[in-house]
Amino acid sequence: MKNKIHVLDGNSAAAEVIKLARVKVIAAYPITPISPTIEILSEMVDSGAMNARFIRVESEHTAISYIIGAQLTGVRATTATSSVGLALMHEVIGVASGCRLPIVMPIANRALVSPWSLWCDHQDSMAERDSGWIQFYAENVQEVVDLMIMAYNIAENSSVLLPVMVCFDGFLVSHSKQLVFLPEQKEVDAFLQEYKPKNLHLNTEKPLFINNLTSPEDFSEMRYQQEIAFENALRIIPQVQKKYFDQFERKYGLFEEYRTEDAKIIIICLGSMAGTVKYVVDKKRKEGLKVACIKITSFRPFPYLELTEKLNNIQTIGVIDRSAGLGAQLGSLALEIKSLININNQKFVNYIAGLGGRDITENTIENIFNDLKTSNIEPSKKWIDTSPNACKIRRIEVEK
Amino acid sequence: MNNNLISKSVNTCAGCGLEIVIRLALNILGEKTIIVIPPGCAALFSGYSNETTISVPGFQCNLGNTAAVAGGIRAGLDMQGIEDVYVLGFAGDGATVDIGLQSLSGMLERNDKVIYICYDNEAYMNTGIQDSGSTPGNAITRTTPGGKLIAKKDILRIVESHNIPYIASASVAYIKDLRNKIERAKTVQGTSYIHVHTPCPTGWGFQPSQTIEVAKKAVQTAIFELYEIIDGEKKTNKTINNILPEKEYLEIQKRFKREE
Ligand SMILES: Cc1ncc(C[n+]2csc(CCOP(=O)(O)OP(=O)(O)O)c2C)c(N)n1
Ligand code: SF4
Ligand SMILES: [Mg+2]
Repeated sequence: MKNKIHVLDGNSAAAEVIKLARVKVIAAYPITPISPTIEILSEMVDSGAMNARFIRVESEHTAISYIIGAQLTGVRATTATSSVGLALMHEVIGVASGCRLPIVMPIANRALVSPWSLWCDHQDSMAERDSGWIQFYAENVQEVVDLMIMAYNIAENSSVLLPVMVCFDGFLVSHSKQLVFLPEQKEVDAFLQEYKPKNLHLNTEKPLFINNLTSPEDFSEMRYQQEIAFENALRIIPQVQKKYFDQFERKYGLFEEYRTEDAKIIIICLGSMAGTVKYVVDKKRKEGLKVACIKITSFRPFPYLELTEKLNNIQTIGVIDRSAGLGAQLGSLALEIKSLININNQKFVNYIAGLGGRDITENTIENIFNDLKTSNIEPSKKWIDTSPNACKIRRIEVEK
Repeated sequence: MNNNLISKSVNTCAGCGLEIVIRLALNILGEKTIIVIPPGCAALFSGYSNETTISVPGFQCNLGNTAAVAGGIRAGLDMQGIEDVYVLGFAGDGATVDIGLQSLSGMLERNDKVIYICYDNEAYMNTGIQDSGSTPGNAITRTTPGGKLIAKKDILRIVESHNIPYIASASVAYIKDLRNKIERAKTVQGTSYIHVHTPCPTGWGFQPSQTIEVAKKAVQTAIFELYEIIDGEKKTNKTINNILPEKEYLEIQKRFKREE
């Protein structure tokens, strides 16, 4: 069923799905660019459109703590955040995953300080990539809707039980109004079961002390259980995506391939920039170049096996990272990809682009394809959209 | 105590003041209680690995989010129409007056239906006796080797400014009074905050047998006042007619003695 068409931006799409998922407790703290999501939710609760408790708490640290408490009692609970808000949650982020709470949290990606930036890059969520949360990256508003709905189903699967961040680019998706199909309540009810705690539960009928000090004898095993949950997720995600396709006729995978059939040069990326890459791929194809795009939808778990197979026969691979990976050989996505390929036979370049709200334009992508065509270098990080006099700006001369 | 909701074998030091409070609190609140405990000496009751000492549901939160987690638990219960369960936050002074002050303030502002008990052993004991905002002036700790230069933070006045329905100070030396206060907290529609003075032999330097004596001296010297604020009305619970000289409290503890 195709559902009704709505005009929504990423923030309102996230709010609509939270409502459709019948979330019962929302605790949130305003931050650009995701504030509209929480404003919309507060309105939905206030008007009675949604049967939930909404609390504007005093910090993101409290927001995540509050919803962990709420979800442990047996209801869906959520928050939404960006940038420093996510960073402030860091201490508690791992409590949600360690307690195996299937919380779904939308993230509007925004750069981290310093310097201050209100605009998109991926450093905020990349900094949480090993925190035990599934991470999906949406390209556009439709994907926010679909990935959020699927996220509840995946997170709550008893062989997964992991929290999920659904990440979408700040402003580029969060504030971009697009035409989207939004399922009706009864369709979502058919797709998502009513929430029942499947593991840890604060219940006076069955007392359980949760999250106490754990000895080295058990700690590794409990981490290992999380690892296995991610392995299971690699299997469950496609199953849920198939079920979603059967019901809503929109197709998803762990990653999306665009014109990869006979491709020689490929760009791998995530988030909204994939739209621009695909557009340039079409253009280059018309010029006769065998180029393609792979967009990573599920960054955690990372679909390494399937990707290895796909990348086997590709001569030249460019990976775009929207976060700097400071001090590392490569950006976060590129590190994953490099470990899958044979750098002796395959050309591999990592491009850092689009930081702190810089647009990744058609031109940027063209430059990347041109560079990939010509460059013949060792795997390296290239700051493709940085001005040539980068080291000269805002320099303070210290007196000698 | 009739309903033993805490096992007998707990690794607190002999003469531990907070142990009296947690046992009494669960004894009064009963089985239909969910307890939230941050790291600190009270977490000895959370247990270790697959063993716990507490037979009501509980959660060990982070050091600074006791009030936030407790508030969230209440919200979750409310949304399921569960009204007959007490939510108890049980946190040390450091977890309350320092790192947890922001989340405490948020909960007090919202007036979440939570019973919050702060056991005040006047330092970060579990990490090896460092000073907290609740450590009194002149007290020696591992981070105030020359005696603390700053006076004790008056958390009760901070709490009072939030206008919650029930605030009390209490002491392990006055068990009946403490019992009455926890009983009253059970009836409160909103937040109740109880601040309990809980001497710590290990951190303060006195004999385990002196815990009650030390606590009592704090009240008798008027260093620690016992009172309640019920819907904004302050009521003194223990009027001391014959205030003892402060040194009678200070001199029985090593923490106020500088080595010559
Ligand atoms: C964010 C964070 N910082 C530091 C710690 C280390 N820590 C564990 S227990 C504790 C002391 C807590 O003191 P208090 O709340 O007064 O309880 P007490 O140990 O005195 O019972 C500290 C600092 C921690 N768990 N979390
Ligand atoms: S250090 Fe003090 S508060 Fe901690 S267990 Fe020992 S006596 Fe109790
Ligand atoms: Mg303490």
